[in-house]
Amino acid sequence: MAGFSLRPCGDFRTTYRQDTRIFDTTYIRNAAILGIFAVAMIPFVLDGYYVNLFIQISYFAIAALGLNILVGFTGQISLGHAAFFGFGAFASAWINNTTGIPVLLSIPLAGLMTAAVGMLFGLPAARIKGLYLAIATLAAQFILEDFFARAEWFTGGSYGAAANPINVFGYEIYDDFSFFYVALFFLVVMYLLGTNLMRTRDGRAFVAVRDHYLSAEIMGINLTKYRLMSFAISSFYAGVGGAMYGHYLGFVSAEGFTILLSIQFLGMIIIGGLGSVKGTLMGTVFMVLLPEVMESGVSALSVFEWASSTAVTDGLAYIKEMAIGLAIILFLIFEPDGLAHRWQQIRAYWKLYPFSY
Amino acid sequence: MTSQSPILEISDVSLVFGGVRALSDVSFSVQPGELFSIIGPNGAGKTSMLNCVSGRYTPTMGSVSFKGQDVTGLKPNDRAELGIGRTFQNLALFGHMNVLDNIMVGRHHLLKNNFVNGPLYWFGGAQKEELEHRRFCEDVIDFLEISHIRKATAGTLSYGLRKRVELARAVALRPDLILLDEPMAGMNLEEKEDMARFIIDLNEEWGMTVVMIEHDMGVVMDISNRVMVLDFGRKIAEGLPDDVMANKHVKKAYLGEEDDDSDEDEQVA
Ligand SMILES: Nc1ncnc2c1ncn2[C@@H]1O[C@H](COP(=O)(O)OP(=O)(O)OP(=O)(O)O)[C@@H](O)[C@H]1O
Ligand SMILES: [Mg+2]
Repeated sequence: MAGFSLRPCGDFRTTYRQDTRIFDTTYIRNAAILGIFAVAMIPFVLDGYYVNLFIQISYFAIAALGLNILVGFTGQISLGHAAFFGFGAFASAWINNTTGIPVLLSIPLAGLMTAAVGMLFGLPAARIKGLYLAIATLAAQFILEDFFARAEWFTGGSYGAAANPINVFGYEIYDDFSFFYVALFFLVVMYLLGTNLMRTRDGRAFVAVRDHYLSAEIMGINLTKYRLMSFAISSFYAGVGGAMYGHYLGFVSAEGFTILLSIQFLGMIIIGGLGSVKGTLMGTVFMVLLPEVMESGVSALSVFEWASSTAVTDGLAYIKEMAIGLAIILFLIFEPDGLAHRWQQIRAYWKLYPFSY
Repeated sequence: MTSQSPILEISDVSLVFGGVRALSDVSFSVQPGELFSIIGPNGAGKTSMLNCVSGRYTPTMGSVSFKGQDVTGLKPNDRAELGIGRTFQNLALFGHMNVLDNIMVGRHHLLKNNFVNGPLYWFGGAQKEELEHRRFCEDVIDFLEISHIRKATAGTLSYGLRKRVELARAVALRPDLILLDEPMAGMNLEEKEDMARFIIDLNEEWGMTVVMIEHDMGVVMDISNRVMVLDFGRKIAEGLPDDVMANKHVKKAYLGEEDDDSDEDEQVA
């Protein structure tokens, strides 16, 4: 498997530039561009339900990519990602409400603010690892939740904060239809930035720190700097995702940013594939769609006589809630490399078909 | 050669771990351009000595200076920037990265792109810079004859190839001083010959000063300019290879009880 490549025969690379491209082949790149155009058609061909699902996927996927940079690429851990997501949501609303800076600008600014906060809570990472770091980030989760409840000037306290709609060149984006395109734009941009990060100096340094931190240090990498930087970038992504979420809903309240959401973010990157950019997207799609699919499964069953008794409907409701936990466990056991890896296998299979060697 | 100021100067270095004295008052210096070997029985403190030079350990006493600068208190990454590169006795590659990326990590301190213009790739000059350094890495890859595995995942390679990739990664740093901890351990004769040739080329063509730990006495005698012998953390001899071999302390401590110099137990570098 070592030097294995999925390029078709005869597709040779003649320059280093070709060899460093994001997509293995022109074919795949064109397919990806085509894919984006196909997705852009969704609001025209599918109903609002799917548009809303896509918007959910996009802000979660952006935040999840941040977590994957921290956990999957740098080998650290965070149980407080939802709190950073929430911080971004409040920060953007706050910036926009107090200064009047347009939402389109307050979103990245909120990302920067969240990055600063993330770096602060990432400080222990300079000294501790593993379980201890997990506990430290858990503390971040609870401290920030508490902050959301108390800092009325920032979050509106128990009332929550109003978040203005995005305004693009004087055109207010109220409905899902137009927000869809803003979400798609952010998704593509943030994923491109993330992909580029991972193929340049600092991204390689993250992976080096993860794979062998002692030799990373011998190769000139400052461990403290990169561990903190990873927290900062991770929180930046969380903040941007959260800000989008806030301006999409039009209202931010503290309840949504609990440890449960933090675990769901972890679920997305485990299911998608730790250390894989495209896996993050796959995992997010999976996690957002899973409850929906379960839901429609349950409602499909309810046409049957036996399924409409309360015992059965209660049971099904539980199963629906447990499905996420179950999915994470099943992936950890059977597909620890995530969907991204499975996808690679499938591609390899078709490339070599019908020969299985 | 002796009139030059040394590139590496070790003065009275002692290193203590709890009750273990890994090094006791070791002093030596290495001149620019030298190929200097450290030999000694297992547990003599050879790896510990390299660790003091590369910054993995800080000596309990004594000092390390590099190019005339006291680096005793510097962190490993700062020493890498000053021009010290190394390989490890037990392999220490970035297992999930491919060979090329492993080697590109060696360029870390020479690259300028960062988390701001790296993600902007096409616009901030990062692409151009990455490609320039890629070119250098390809030279290193050609030199070490590993072009056929450049896209292979490092962790999947054979032992001998991994050793070679580790050397490539250290060379990519373009160090003035390269520290090699048993570069030929576990290799067959042919692989050893290749490795010896690479080391000589690095020393003569690339102008790197080499400090090498090696158990294969044949290789050590053949390619070293000077040899130092450690035993129980003490320096017991230093000099030209032939003189060192003739030294009776050395015969007693090291060669007298020589059983076999092949595979050694690996330990934490
Ligand atoms: N981190 C450490 N903690 C405790 N003791 C250590 C440590 N590193 C080395 N030692 C001890 O220091 C002594 C010298 O070890 P070192 O690895 O330097 O020997 P070496 O000459 O490289 O041996 P080998 O030929 O087996 O590689 C040994 O007794 C070893 O157990
Ligand atoms: Mg050793």
